[in-house]
Amino acid sequence: MTEITEEKARIGAPSQPFINGFTEEGENLSPINTSESKAPLAGEAVKAHSHGGGVGIPDSSRAGRLTSYKLADFAPLTGMEEDWRFTPLKRLRGLHSDVLKGTAPAVDITAPEGIIVETVGRDDARIGSAAIPEDRVSANAWENFSEATVITVPEEHQATGEIMVSIEGSGLEASAQHFVIIAKRFSKAVVVLDHRGTAVVAENVEILVEDGAQLTVISLQEWTDDSVHASSQQAKLSRDAKFKHIVVSLGGDLVRLTPSARFSGPGAEAELFGLYYADAGQHLEQRLFVDHAVPNCKSNVLYKGALQGRNAHAVWVGDVLIRKEAEGTDTYEANRNLVLTDGARADSVPNLEIETGLIAGAGHASATGRFDDEHLFYLMARGIPEKVARRLVVRGFLNEIISQIKVPALEERLTEAVERELAASEN
Amino acid sequence: MSTLEIKDLHVSIDTEQGTKEILKGVSLIIRTGETHAIMGPNGSGKSTLASTIAGHPRYNVTSGSITLDGENVLDMSVDERARAGLFLAMQYPVEVPGVSMTNFLRTAKTAIDGEAPKLRTWTKDVKAAMAQLRIDADFTQRNVNEGFSGGEKKRVEILQLELFKPKFAILDETDSGLDVDALKVVSEGVNRAHDEGNMGTLLITHYTRILRYIKPDFVHVFVEGKIVDQGGAELADRLEDEGYDRYAPGAGVAVAPAAAAE
Repeated sequence: MTEITEEKARIGAPSQPFINGFTEEGENLSPINTSESKAPLAGEAVKAHSHGGGVGIPDSSRAGRLTSYKLADFAPLTGMEEDWRFTPLKRLRGLHSDVLKGTAPAVDITAPEGIIVETVGRDDARIGSAAIPEDRVSANAWENFSEATVITVPEEHQATGEIMVSIEGSGLEASAQHFVIIAKRFSKAVVVLDHRGTAVVAENVEILVEDGAQLTVISLQEWTDDSVHASSQQAKLSRDAKFKHIVVSLGGDLVRLTPSARFSGPGAEAELFGLYYADAGQHLEQRLFVDHAVPNCKSNVLYKGALQGRNAHAVWVGDVLIRKEAEGTDTYEANRNLVLTDGARADSVPNLEIETGLIAGAGHASATGRFDDEHLFYLMARGIPEKVARRLVVRGFLNEIISQIKVPALEERLTEAVERELAASEN
Repeated sequence: MSTLEIKDLHVSIDTEQGTKEILKGVSLIIRTGETHAIMGPNGSGKSTLASTIAGHPRYNVTSGSITLDGENVLDMSVDERARAGLFLAMQYPVEVPGVSMTNFLRTAKTAIDGEAPKLRTWTKDVKAAMAQLRIDADFTQRNVNEGFSGGEKKRVEILQLELFKPKFAILDETDSGLDVDALKVVSEGVNRAHDEGNMGTLLITHYTRILRYIKPDFVHVFVEGKIVDQGGAELADRLEDEGYDRYAPGAGVAVAPAAAAE
């Protein structure tokens, strides 16, 4: 079922069929990442700017990546950077290069009793408590957002229903948005970020999960076909925290999500799930980072995607780092792609860095398969017509992620959305 | 009373070395209530015959015909053949990830019958059939064939045979890889389906072992894409003793096709 893609061409760069240093491992691809380079971000410069790694960590380590609140610290993008090499920059509509002065998508929150929702200015002390931008677009958003929405689940509060955050775009002017979600000690809540409408928006979502808190964040992308969305969703997990993050990307011209989970106290658990369905011409990208920096934490990552139509492009890069201190870590990450038609492309790069052998488990897996003719034959040989057979398989494939949501109304809505995607493939 | 008729069937496949003819003129008539065993050495084309009847796209029919009660089977798509009443128990059932057995069985039954089965009786039927084949109840929650052992996959094929009630069942080496207990369980399932009186059976096997549990009315010996000998159940006994060597080219035994078993 697994197929290894021989083709090295990158969509959006037809004049440049190969990327220097392109390997399946996805390391050291860009000349500016190598220590020999005199580029401002290479070698020592990377270490100097790093807030996570520092001395002794090789540049290829995920820990060595530049993080900064300042846009000026990030060089203009060329598309050669390791973390941008799959992204068609021309289609970013200026999120990486322009001042983001457009009106941010309208935020409307429906929250159950006891949840505190505030709109605050840039100087609020909570901003920056969970995240530091890791790329140029995220830094650009950080410099340009005018106000932030802060959602707080008070200490020991058990939310009685989900916190629905409607994020409705209404234009194509490049804009910036900022959210802070704080689950205080021993609280429990589900937050849904429901992205809809038309927008060109760079977004930072900071997530703090305090000691013993249980938080689920669901980010839905059902944008219009011309929308562009880049979202950095960084979570900081304290002792015994339980964090579940679910991404569902269906709509938009270019959607690029960079969720991360950083463990800052032992005993915490992170589950990161994702579902994407790329149609003709769509670019859906997700780059994850799980940072096991402390002992005895658990993480589980599963992203599943379906692709159909010409130039449908999905990218999944999963970085898991188990630092030297993180003894007793238990982690697994997997990506599965189902390619339904010719002309679609899925890139999948699971990266696992292990700096200690004293762990409970670490695994990674990736499989990109076509809808198999033998599956089809088996189902049809039992009288099931081809169309129904295809639906059975795709629905079943994606349902594993949808069933993680556990909000019945939302599960139903997404099941219907997947049905619509499936119906589109039959035209 | 139904008839499945295969007439002078020639089948080839495309290989890297070019087209290769596998079936070189096969004729066979199976009627409701009859059990035909097709026996032969590896590579003789037995499984090709089974897959061709079911309509696997890999096999090209170059000449000859297959008809079911006079209807041209070769004109039908794979799913149409199944709905017309043909069932192939596969030699290597594939795993279909993401589709639960429950969902699969109900969808297939609905497609074959043209209407959804009554929920209450259907659930009961499935449960009873599973119990008789000694399939654990939790299999219905699992994905089609996913993680099933070889024996479990074969039992699930026979489960489908019993639930879908085809006019003709083609069993493609259903016995291979089964231990004696599993072989008995599977054979009993086939016999139950057969004893309802509305089914003809084409049993393809390499070994005579399964014929101790499923009694054939006719035995056909298949060598190099052709039927080279046929007879009653006693022919199987002879094969058990003598093997297929006597049919090998140059073995000195007349291998002229016997008269069609009519």
